[in-house]
Amino acid sequence: MYSKDGENYFIVDAHIALWDARPENQRNVHGKQFIDCFYDYHRNLSPEEELWTYEEYLYQGGGRLMKDLFEDGYVDHAIFQPAYLGEFYKNGFGQTKEAYGLAAANPDKLTYNHCFDPRDGERGLDRLRADHEKMKFTGVKLYTAEWHGESRGYKLSDPWAFRYFEECRRLGIKNIHVHKGPTIRPLDRDSFDVSDVDHVASDFTDLNFIVEHVGLPRLEDFCWIATQEPNVYGGLAVAMPFMHTRPRYFAQILGELIYWIGEDRIFFSSDYALWTPRWLVERFVDFHIPEDMTEYAPITIEQKKKILGLNAAKMYNIAVPAELQLPDAGETATGPRQPERADLAGAA
Amino acid sequence: MTATLNERTVRDVGVQGAGARDAAVQDVRRALDAVLDPELDEPITGLGFVRSIDVSGAADRAAVTVHLRLPTSFCSPNFAYLMASDSKDVVSALPWVGKVVVELDDHHDSALINAGLAADAGYRGTFGHEAEDSLDELRLMFRRKAHTAAMERCLTEQLRADPALSEANVGTVQLGDLPAGRTKNALVRRREALGLPTAPAAVVLVDHEGRPYPAEQVPMALRRARSTRISIDGNAHFCRGLLRTRYEGSGADQADRPEGAEAADHRHLLPFTVKEIHP
Repeated sequence: MYSKDGENYFIVDAHIALWDARPENQRNVHGKQFIDCFYDYHRNLSPEEELWTYEEYLYQGGGRLMKDLFEDGYVDHAIFQPAYLGEFYKNGFGQTKEAYGLAAANPDKLTYNHCFDPRDGERGLDRLRADHEKMKFTGVKLYTAEWHGESRGYKLSDPWAFRYFEECRRLGIKNIHVHKGPTIRPLDRDSFDVSDVDHVASDFTDLNFIVEHVGLPRLEDFCWIATQEPNVYGGLAVAMPFMHTRPRYFAQILGELIYWIGEDRIFFSSDYALWTPRWLVERFVDFHIPEDMTEYAPITIEQKKKILGLNAAKMYNIAVPAELQLPDAGETATGPRQPERADLAGAA
Repeated sequence: MTATLNERTVRDVGVQGAGARDAAVQDVRRALDAVLDPELDEPITGLGFVRSIDVSGAADRAAVTVHLRLPTSFCSPNFAYLMASDSKDVVSALPWVGKVVVELDDHHDSALINAGLAADAGYRGTFGHEAEDSLDELRLMFRRKAHTAAMERCLTEQLRADPALSEANVGTVQLGDLPAGRTKNALVRRREALGLPTAPAAVVLVDHEGRPYPAEQVPMALRRARSTRISIDGNAHFCRGLLRTRYEGSGADQADRPEGAEAADHRHLLPFTVKEIHP
């Protein structure tokens, strides 16, 4: 819980990781390139006083995670979204076992989401069933740019992905978190293309699709798709820290999201351990849309409360004190459009 | 042009004199000005992506080696390949150049791309099963996005400058109504690239084939264009920033980009007198 100026904010950090990128776990140079890329994001977007050393960044462990989130970070509940990256790290990047153990020991504070790769075929389906039997998760994180043998990416609209979503439906895995990276085959298409989300969201209307990083760097495509599909949500992982170095850019991202998809479908995330939640929560509560950006309405305290926790709490049935709850907003001006009108503007 | 380039040039003095070699490096750099990052729609030179240029050998059949660098190891390999292969093409076209080596440094696909470039294997020859067709459509898609963003910048400037103009009415604004300047010039350039009319009576808000929108669709078209512009400006500055973080001193090679600039972008520039720029 974060309190300021007489207002209480229930905080759900909807995208966290417990990773191990230490040299002994790196399978090849790509393991180093991957964590170095994260560390450059961290160095580039963090305030100086929040900078970690490279050694701290490689591995945190459960104790440090609990402290950064729940003692220092105002977080009431956090959700693990593991990335496997088995081609880059010997024991995987996201430490699923340790994360699951931590969540099992702290069920009021942590939710464990799992991951799968549809290119694992039937074997992977068996494994998903067995994992679910054991861990009972309600969400998964999919990284479509995961390398897998000769393949360096897949689409959510691939036939095997459909098989997995059907299985999710049977098992009661309702929340599909999707992250886009830049190595999707075929390379002749836009590597960050989010249009496959559009397909599956239409075909699986009973599942929720949370597009992490709100589709960045393709905000425009994400907004358009999310407008058409009521079961598509936006996670602010990686977008949040722009508040510090690029507040005008962040204001525009937020202004666009509220315009296109509305205040009830946006989730706060620190993307821990890329960043820590404390400064992000504090600064977000203080954040204002710059006055000269007359194309956006000011952001309200209620909108901040929803984004910081209430929205994700609702999706994950996390208990929120009654006095902190807020009613849904009305439909956005853009409304949920029908697919036959989807080619309306053609501006992109 | 930069300290890095000059040092390398002087070190390599052989057949030619230092002055001639400097001129040759400048020639190569000017040629590379024509290579654009397809997504950011800016020359790779001004983005700081050219790490070094070396010239050696005979004056009429010189050997040129260009090293490129990108903001992360995981920048899209298709765009990385496009920029590297375009670089090889423009340098090879210089009349005094005999042999060209272009290498992309520190990328997850450096080995693949550099081998493909050395063998002139082309896009499909370089990426094999990961390539299906060609990258032409991808280039076109981003040219269209660049036009969309340029169009929105002009109209949002108009909206801010003229309180009587509303979003619902921007569909009738013509090129001739726009004040002369950088924003309008950029739009005209993007329209030319797509083969769209540039006469003063041409309507500004059009789709990528030049068709204006029916009145009721105008606000939505503008809003979609706005989200495209925000993405491009955001990416352009984030990529610049990441390059500066990754390669110390690379900011010295970067040209200023007023569109989407914020206070923090001016930290690395000297002298430190720049005000915040409102896009």
